[in-house]
Amino acid sequence: MTENSLDTAGRQAAAKAAGGDPTAASPLASGTPTPAGDQVRSTVAGRPSGVGGRPPRPTLGRRAAAFADSLWRPALVLAVVFAAWWFVAAQEYVPNYLVPTPGQVWETMTGQWSELARHTLVTLYETVLGFVLAAALGLATAVAIAYSRTLDKALYPIVLFAQVIPKIAIAPLLVVWFGLGLTPKIILAVLIAFFPVVISGVAGLRSTDPELLDLAATMGAGPWRTFRKIRFPNALPHLMAGLKVAVTLAVVGAVVGEFVGASEGLGYVLLLANGNLDSALLFADLILMSAIGIVLFVLVEIAEALLIPWHASRRASVSLTTS
Amino acid sequence: MTAAPAATGTAIGMSGVTVRFTSRRSQTTALDDVSLDIEPGEFVTIVGPSGCGKSTLLKIVAGLVTPTSGAVSLLQRPVRGPQKEIGFVFQKAALLEWRGARANILLQAEMRGMDRAKASRRADQLIEMTGLTGFEKALPHELSGGMQQRVALCRALLHSPPVLLMDEPFGALDALTREQMNAELHRIWRETDTTVVLVTHSIAEAVFLGTRVVVMSARPGRIIRTFPVELPAHRDYAQVMSDPRFDRLATDLRGLLGSAAANH
Ligand SMILES: Nc1ncnc2c1ncn2[C@@H]1O[C@H](COP(=O)(O)OP(=O)(O)OP(=O)(O)O)[C@@H](O)[C@H]1O
Ligand SMILES: [Mg+2]
Repeated sequence: MTENSLDTAGRQAAAKAAGGDPTAASPLASGTPTPAGDQVRSTVAGRPSGVGGRPPRPTLGRRAAAFADSLWRPALVLAVVFAAWWFVAAQEYVPNYLVPTPGQVWETMTGQWSELARHTLVTLYETVLGFVLAAALGLATAVAIAYSRTLDKALYPIVLFAQVIPKIAIAPLLVVWFGLGLTPKIILAVLIAFFPVVISGVAGLRSTDPELLDLAATMGAGPWRTFRKIRFPNALPHLMAGLKVAVTLAVVGAVVGEFVGASEGLGYVLLLANGNLDSALLFADLILMSAIGIVLFVLVEIAEALLIPWHASRRASVSLTTS
Repeated sequence: MTAAPAATGTAIGMSGVTVRFTSRRSQTTALDDVSLDIEPGEFVTIVGPSGCGKSTLLKIVAGLVTPTSGAVSLLQRPVRGPQKEIGFVFQKAALLEWRGARANILLQAEMRGMDRAKASRRADQLIEMTGLTGFEKALPHELSGGMQQRVALCRALLHSPPVLLMDEPFGALDALTREQMNAELHRIWRETDTTVVLVTHSIAEAVFLGTRVVVMSARPGRIIRTFPVELPAHRDYAQVMSDPRFDRLATDLRGLLGSAAANH
């Protein structure tokens, strides 16, 4: 009997661990707590069963409207910041070699466009490759940890240890080992992006309701079918939240790698501009780096909307009723 | 896939089953020396105070909980590990929140590798029967609690299992729908040879559906009595409710349950 009770205790602990929702920790994932969920439910339940259809999912137009609605506030803030920057720089409250005007940055960007584009592509390549590898390795590690107590005990401390080593301090070592090529940058991106994928993956896989696993058992399903039909889809919302954090971190990894030793990439350009006190180029470079992060982040968000429409539709309908 | 257990021998057998849950803080005896034999084709209903081990009993039959001591058999085979010749309706609906109602029902077929076309037709029948028409694509969070339970019921019936284990399947339904669902379940049971064990808190439901009513005591759960239900096999809801035998049995059960709860 002890074995049985151990098992139960383990499940309860797992359920508890899953309660700590990593989406809440990430400022990037906009998981709104949903008092309005009840509202949605009651509108459906209110219909006589068998007669009424279900309510329509939000149409594309309404979703676009909701998107635009969510966009104007940050756009406004950005406009204000931009105006302030322009004002400060144009009035030369700060010397021009410290803060260039938006016009100067624009000229730099258009003037050196082909060069900048080449460096942007290098950093983008390192970031994407690092992110994809981190996602694959992270997911595999998460599955191993979630499925095997032994591997959990063996791998978890190592993953944690690897996380607490300052990755930036490893960068020089990687350059010594792998030279000045792309490899050390990709490895650094992988190392930095790996952790959130593992943590969110484990949390997601462990958040499966034990009753659903019991259900799968009474259906005579093997572990693979249970994983494919129940545990993995159940883990997806957690996992996607982790991937969103990971993709922004991958940019950091690639750029830091370029700082330490490189002949191309936005990190390299940043050091060059720094040496020449070329603040316009510095600003242009920073804008391009952020652009990489934002574009990749949005791509992951789109993937999320496509992969887990049930989750997104839930959020969409909630935001439509609350705003 | 039709349910035709052998006419001889028990469908479900439990002898001297004791279950203790041990956690760091406490030890709970959920079931204490429970013995129960159920013949093929029987409809056994179980009533008892909350927390007396009714859900645990069902999970033991399904092989989802291993008893601390005692022997369990299902369809004349000893129960070791999860059983698949059953349909299980859990106390919570336990639906996949990313699947619509119909897809949730069809999970049963996918997990078992059943024939798609056949399963699909059967799902349509069940949806129609349980009044879920029009909600085939609705996600669980778009369904009411009672509708979710009906989806769970359809899922448990999809593969026409020889043994059906149900844990308060109609708890979240309004009185009228509940009566309809009881009548449907009675019809399904009559028309097939399914053996059913149903846990309920409703005395009326227990008597209307059961061929035998098992009464359990408060923790530690023991079987204090079983009542055979002397009503015709073919029952009509209104008739049963006005039958004097129904009244007598219901009164007996109420008295016994009252004392079972008071003893605790
Ligand atoms: N996994 C578990 N770990 C520890 N204790 C448990 C576990 N499952 C059940 N118990 C305990 O066993 C007892 C019986 O639980 P069970 O769920 O079988 O009761 P029940 O009769 O179904 O109650 P209800 O009518 O409220 O559903 C309870 O005291 C409960 O606390
Ligand atoms: Mg129960």
